[in-house]
Amino acid sequence: MPETAALLAHLESMRRIRSFEEEVTRLRATGEVVGSVHLCNGQEAIYVGACAALDLSRDAVFPTYRGHGWTLACGAPPHALFAELLGRATGINGGRGGSAYLSAPEYGMYGENSIVGAGAPIAAGAALAATFDGSGRVALAAFGDGAMNQGAVHEAMNFAAVRALPVIFLVENNHYSELTPIADMVRVDRLFKRASAYGMPGARIDGNDPEAVRQAVAEAVRRARSGAGPVLLEAMTQRIVGHYIGDAQHYRPSGDLDAALAAEPIGRLGRDLLGLGVAQSELDELEARVAREIADASARALADPVADPTTVLEHLYA
Amino acid sequence: MPETKNLSYAESVNAALRRALAERPEALLFGEDVAAPGGVFGVTKGLRKEFGDRVFDTPISESAILGGAVGAAMFGRRPIAEIMWADFSLVALDQLVNQAANVRYVSRGSLSAPLTVRTQQGNAPGACAQHSQSLEAFFAHVPGLRVCLPATHQDAYDLLLSAIWCDDPVIVIENRTLYHAGKQQVRLGGDVQPVGGAAVRRPGRDVTVLTWGALQHRVLEAADRLAGDGIEAEVLDARWVRPLDLAAVLASVRRTGRLVVAHEAHTVGGVGGEVLAAVAEAGLPLRCPPVRIGAPDTRIPAAPGLAAAVIPSTEVIAEAITKSVRA
Ligand SMILES: Cc1ncc(C[n+]2csc(CCOP(=O)(O)OP(=O)(O)O)c2C)c(N)n1
Repeated sequence: MPETAALLAHLESMRRIRSFEEEVTRLRATGEVVGSVHLCNGQEAIYVGACAALDLSRDAVFPTYRGHGWTLACGAPPHALFAELLGRATGINGGRGGSAYLSAPEYGMYGENSIVGAGAPIAAGAALAATFDGSGRVALAAFGDGAMNQGAVHEAMNFAAVRALPVIFLVENNHYSELTPIADMVRVDRLFKRASAYGMPGARIDGNDPEAVRQAVAEAVRRARSGAGPVLLEAMTQRIVGHYIGDAQHYRPSGDLDAALAAEPIGRLGRDLLGLGVAQSELDELEARVAREIADASARALADPVADPTTVLEHLYA
Repeated sequence: MPETKNLSYAESVNAALRRALAERPEALLFGEDVAAPGGVFGVTKGLRKEFGDRVFDTPISESAILGGAVGAAMFGRRPIAEIMWADFSLVALDQLVNQAANVRYVSRGSLSAPLTVRTQQGNAPGACAQHSQSLEAFFAHVPGLRVCLPATHQDAYDLLLSAIWCDDPVIVIENRTLYHAGKQQVRLGGDVQPVGGAAVRRPGRDVTVLTWGALQHRVLEAADRLAGDGIEAEVLDARWVRPLDLAAVLASVRRTGRLVVAHEAHTVGGVGGEVLAAVAEAGLPLRCPPVRIGAPDTRIPAAPGLAAAVIPSTEVIAEAITKSVRA
């Protein structure tokens, strides 16, 4: 059983991500943030667990457009992320990336990808570089269940397997690909089984338990660093919000959302911690502290100057 | 018998799809989220219910979608495949460029791939760099493909039908900023038009402004504004960038003696440059150097304030037109 302190740290990180997304929802409603935004509410345990197992001073994470949580779990400051979503000059990408195309390499986050599946071969490439540079770097490509049907993902898995690249393919199985259930789009009940087609190990893990994710990713990291090659992990989770802000979720059968809310990781870990003797007041204090941190970061970002249009041609070429 | 209905641009597309599925039993409609959910922009609503299995959802597998369309088309179907955003077609460009475009040519006409790809493109505030590109020049560069960009509700209906009836691969590039921007009277039914043909959206004597796609609405706005200053711009909607209606462009330029081409896509390597070259080659006597307006040579940023500096605005268009007329 892990230390209560470690579990509390997981809870705080997950709560930070949730509060961030709640504030983004508010900023989208007021029109401060515009355009399509994909929230990660309900999937926080994956980011927090995986990042706890990585050494982000050298490892590299490649998430999808649903990447606010990954970026925060990697340690990027909420203020710089809010500023990015708000098109501020202080944004972590100076307003060029926005919600769906963030990158924060200084925190080990090498770029969201809005093209489904495109991050997988890039992660394989980062791992390929590691086999030459002696850095010991492991690359982690995270993508949705729907992305498992992209050619790029299959090519990446085979490439990584055949060259024994230190890469972890992590499927966030939230059961939906945009508006379509994954069950309607594949004929295997377990996506990780596809790993065997490429000669690499695969496993299904509890994506609502940050500790379970941490352990599975830690084992995959150990394996990868030892030169034994890639793995495919299928983390079972759920979305407790729409595919994007504004998605009315008409396609979700009745009861589906309630089940998702009952299983989501923050409530679950809170209940576990109470069972371990942690006082409710301690959890309340944690939540209030994180809420203050997020409110402050958002307010500061809102007060920042917008990105300067005269700089728009910068950064195209060296 | 044609009838007229008050429809949004999205509903006009839907009406064309409904007609194609009804009149062409060989038509198939497929893509990501198009059937049960009715499309992420609501464009394909109701069609699954009406036409059953000929309308279906696919995995997120663009190569399979487009390659599947090529194969099905070679075997007697009329596939209408949706690629949700034009940017995503790039992961399966092989199926369009190396495969679809070659079928008729290399078989000396004994095979063909009459497929239609519906997609949408362009920038909207807050869209990311991988959801903002204008890619018509990519497709228009490829002999064997045909490409149109409906800018009006009526064209959303008419051009899509022309595409589906066409015996070659056609890419129909819609624009998501138009889908739900308001309703207009749309004539449904009637003859399906052949592929090609520009349309004069606003007659004028001083300068020809050739445009297409969503930018046309800004061009018309600019032209209306300039009319107050005594500048009468003729706005010509190319509608098809392949085949481009060069005869219509030349006829208009012959009258006005001036040419401005305005598109949302990057100017470098764009269709605008092609039009300027063709006009130069035709040797028309121009009263001032021709002008291209488009996005500068950079990536499309996410921040709305930055994107606005890149996508040609009504002001930028008006200024360019004024400059060329006063030159
Ligand atoms: C190549 C490509 N095709 C289609 C899309 C449109 N699209 C965006 S998200 C999405 C669903 C992805 O589902 P999944 O991989 O399960 O990830 P999730 O959104 O559930 O995290 C689709 C189809 C895209 N962005 N890129």
